[in-house]
Amino acid sequence: MVERGVPELENIANKLRLHVIEMTYAASSGHPGGSLSSADLMSALYFRIMKHDPKDPSWDGRDRFVLSKGHVAPILYAALAESGYFPVDDLITLRKIGSKLQGHPVRGKVPGVEMSTGSLGQGLSMSCGIALAGKMDGKDYRTFCLLGDGELQSGQNWEAAMFASQNGLNRLIAFVDRNRLQITGNTEEAVGLDPLPEKWRAFGWNVCTIDGHNIREIIEAVDRASASKKKPTAIIMNTVKGKGVSFMENNAGFHGRACNSEEYARAVAELREAIQ
Amino acid sequence: MTKNLAQRNYYGKALAELAARRDDIVVLDADLAGSTKTSDFRKAAPERFVEVGIAEQNMIGIAAGLAASGKTAFASTFGVFASGRCWEQIRLAVAYPRLNVKIVATHCGISVGEDGASHQALEDMAIMRALPNMTVISPADAYEAYAATMAIADYKGPVYMRMGRAEFPTITEEGAAFEIGRAKVMREGSDVTLIGCGQMVSFCLDAADILAGEGISAEVINMATIKPLDADAVIASAKKTGCCVTAEEHSIIGGLGSAVAECLCSSVCVPLEMVGTKDTFGESGSPADLLAKYGLTASDIAAAARKSVSRKVKA
Repeated sequence: MVERGVPELENIANKLRLHVIEMTYAASSGHPGGSLSSADLMSALYFRIMKHDPKDPSWDGRDRFVLSKGHVAPILYAALAESGYFPVDDLITLRKIGSKLQGHPVRGKVPGVEMSTGSLGQGLSMSCGIALAGKMDGKDYRTFCLLGDGELQSGQNWEAAMFASQNGLNRLIAFVDRNRLQITGNTEEAVGLDPLPEKWRAFGWNVCTIDGHNIREIIEAVDRASASKKKPTAIIMNTVKGKGVSFMENNAGFHGRACNSEEYARAVAELREAIQ
Repeated sequence: MTKNLAQRNYYGKALAELAARRDDIVVLDADLAGSTKTSDFRKAAPERFVEVGIAEQNMIGIAAGLAASGKTAFASTFGVFASGRCWEQIRLAVAYPRLNVKIVATHCGISVGEDGASHQALEDMAIMRALPNMTVISPADAYEAYAATMAIADYKGPVYMRMGRAEFPTITEEGAAFEIGRAKVMREGSDVTLIGCGQMVSFCLDAADILAGEGISAEVINMATIKPLDADAVIASAKKTGCCVTAEEHSIIGGLGSAVAECLCSSVCVPLEMVGTKDTFGESGSPADLLAKYGLTASDIAAAARKSVSRKVKA
């Protein structure tokens, strides 16, 4: 396989963003804000970092990905479709009756979706189970888990964090999409998470903080995490909610609402301009 | 011959045997392995035993992840915590994707005794039964707990199985196979059907003896699988006897009684009396004192049977 360079991955990220805007507009609902903030990560994972085979979704040697922040299903579906798990044309069925593309991801319904998520705070526990199975069976696949930052207010994450370090799950890598916004507004004004790196470190994890829109930094952070011999790794990605569409950036209003027709036209124009 | 045995000891015995012949089986526990008897599995296969600490919600997520990776995961703790503490985790991570996780709870029912209401699971079957894809089992004695453990290990899909803490009489045959979803007629009769689960089946048999002395012939059914309910068995017996009683060490809201009522009201509308806790919490006390105080004895079942018989519409 040809290794894709950073400019191409950036371009793919914007294509994924365009899918998100189109899908959520067609559905008249969904969660574009957090989908856009994690687009660069999803591009890097599915088009460069992860070992996977879209033609054989249950290939035993694949790296696993669990979307703990299940409400950003549109960005996952876009990445899966663009990498060949199912036709891109299916994306437009998001949230419609009879569609495999449910509002939140469902294991068994969509090729490439490892676990059912949508109720926040559970994906890291599931990821621990997947990583533990790999360790028990002497397999070297990696388990990636994408967490929202607001989601970390849920205590189950910290149960899972303790468990992962206790059990030396070194092939477990968690990403935190640190866009600092939840439905209520600023995470620090709801129930603050800072100092976040210190929290993960205290729970026995390797921690690094990166710019979540810098694909080079994402790749390098995963490379370092993949070399860990004992500890699991948390990669805290500073991101901008709504990234890539000017009027959606840092706007909590787009956490769980799709564009209206006027906004849609502007968003599509901006993203088309960005795509080469 | 009847013996007094604890179900959890036979659960542990079954797990230890499974450890030897099934590489895919993993067992998780939340700091209670010595009480739930998953410690027997830990001894047999320590590399496949997972201690999660006092973190039941995390335990369910981990079990789901293990099951998604090809393992058959047994997750055990006390009934209150196994069902209630992590209900929504079970819903999303296990029941919805129909993963191969067996939630096996011990210390269910009021006979937990002295620990009191915080530790007496009286609602667990109701909340587990409400979940799509979930199978709910309450074996009648220790031998059946062993057989049911073997049966659920072979079954692919989510299961909730409840057991008691205390020793109580065996009424099934050691070595008998367990079939999920199949009721067993323990005693034939013609005037009233007594349908029980857990240790209440043994009390139903005692009640049938009491009733026989009064000239009332009671049929006794062991309904070890609460979901899917063996509707054929309920309907056939109800048609024969014309009235029913259910008996469970659980609230009458949502458990065996409700399941049987749901079945009867859409098939044969015969009188039904429910023996179980009546929308109340338990308290501390000896198991025997609690069973008596909360109306869960053979004489309570016999009284319910008399009432059910008296409600039959006279031809």
